Amino acid sequence: MHWEFVIPGYIVAVVVLGTYVLATVKRGRRLSKQLPEGKRRFLDA
Amino acid sequence: MTTIDTAGSTKDATATTGSKGTRMLGAVVAVGFVALAALALFITPPEATQRDAFRLIYIHVPSAIVSLYIAFSITLVGSIMYLWKKSVFWDLMAEASAEIGVIFLGLTLITGMLWGRPTWGTYWIWDPRLTSTAVSFVLYSGYLAVRRLDMDPTVRSKRAAILGIVSFANLIIVRYSVQWWDSLHQGQTFDVADTQMDGIMLFTFVFGVIVMNLFFGWLLIHRFRVAWLEHQIADVGLTEAIEARRREGVS
Amino acid sequence: MLRDAKLIAGKDLRIEMVSKVLTTQVIPFGLLVLILFGFAIDPDLQAVGRGVEGNSRAVLETVAPGLFWMAVLFSSLLAIGRSFAVESVDGNLDALRLAGLEPSGIFLGKAAAVLVQLTVLEVVLGLGALAIYGAPVGHPLLLGVTVVVGTVAIAAAGTLYAALAAGLRVRDTLVPLLLLPVLAPVLLGATIATGAALFGPASDGWPWCAALGAFAVLYVAAGILAFGSLLEDS
Repeated sequence: MHWEFVIPGYIVAVVVLGTYVLATVKRGRRLSKQLPEGKRRFLDA
Repeated sequence: MTTIDTAGSTKDATATTGSKGTRMLGAVVAVGFVALAALALFITPPEATQRDAFRLIYIHVPSAIVSLYIAFSITLVGSIMYLWKKSVFWDLMAEASAEIGVIFLGLTLITGMLWGRPTWGTYWIWDPRLTSTAVSFVLYSGYLAVRRLDMDPTVRSKRAAILGIVSFANLIIVRYSVQWWDSLHQGQTFDVADTQMDGIMLFTFVFGVIVMNLFFGWLLIHRFRVAWLEHQIADVGLTEAIEARRREGVS
Repeated sequence: MLRDAKLIAGKDLRIEMVSKVLTTQVIPFGLLVLILFGFAIDPDLQAVGRGVEGNSRAVLETVAPGLFWMAVLFSSLLAIGRSFAVESVDGNLDALRLAGLEPSGIFLGKAAAVLVQLTVLEVVLGLGALAIYGAPVGHPLLLGVTVVVGTVAIAAAGTLYAALAAGLRVRDTLVPLLLLPVLAPVLLGATIATGAALFGPASDGWPWCAALGAFAVLYVAAGILAFGSLLEDS
């Protein structure tokens, strides 16, 4: 019982976290392209 | 360092915030989530009194732990370290961690409300946990707002660092004052801590905490790298502007 | 430090005497909020049960402590914003720093000026609230101490957070967002203590009043420590 609360809850979790993951990774790709290779990572600095 | 990747192109292996380490970690996390879902939704039995609504706890509590105990603590440490050592690493770490913390906190609130409806009968009750979580959400949203302000980056980082420290103190104050207030009334709230978990349920719960924390780590690496890229781009932009000005001056 | 504080507090209060913003704008705003609460909450609604021992009491009267402090909080946003608005003319804050004044002194001075203004506001609002909401004053001493301590907390925290946003165009929207979650525990404690001062046993209120005191001390200390960093290169 109560599945009408559990399922939306898990869906919300997947959607929220998934969207954040995608947004962050995409942003990372976009920003990386703006810099020359040696300057992209903290450990390279 | 260029490598030939499977798509056949020879450029830009680092044109992403991913790396071999994060890909391995990411794979572990992905598998972990699948296992967690299977455990939480199918393998574990419904809880004695809360029935299937309890299954939300397997994501609700780990989210809360990750944000309130881990993420904002990192922001605190980062803020202190930045003020002390002026280290860009710690400043960016504080920022990345806070953003992830707010996301998880939002998730905590939503899953908490969806758990509350079948358990307490309403979507919201003014109990210490939920109330202080809601205040904390706004508190750190303010921190994120300050980080996005259009101002000199060094000044902004310094102010954000002070805010990061004070906000953590406020987190604790809010938590304790609402708890104290609640303790003065007859305890009428049905708290997560009241539930008995053992066997497969306890295992799933602990497993959920571990998976969420690993996921947090994965996210933190990526988000930190994004912050670092932004910092570098701003730096490069500044250097170029100075160069352009200098060239103007010479001619 | 204290000498500088007195200097700054005097300056701010003298500006207020001349411009009369508090008396002509902030206090009327506070009174308006109190009155509007009366529109929002039906004065004939009665409360019974926990917290209202014996016969029923009007809802508006029962929540009067909370409404009073909400009105104070909203008005304090205006007062605190004003405290820093007077500094943004011709780079005043920079001039103060360069003049060799200690930042902690500037903090204490500005917070003290805000404290004085808020106290005046609260006397007016307090009388207004007692009149329109019709609450009895059971324990005046607790009420007085709570109001003083709560106001110190608001003034100190407000001055600190306003400095964080000083000089920014978004100051007026940022300061409320930053300050109000911070003051949520103050609102809680002050309301409970005030409620005890009006209706209930004083012993219910004193612990909360003490907690407010601790909060106030914390924020005065934080302001003294952090104000220097905040004023640098602002």
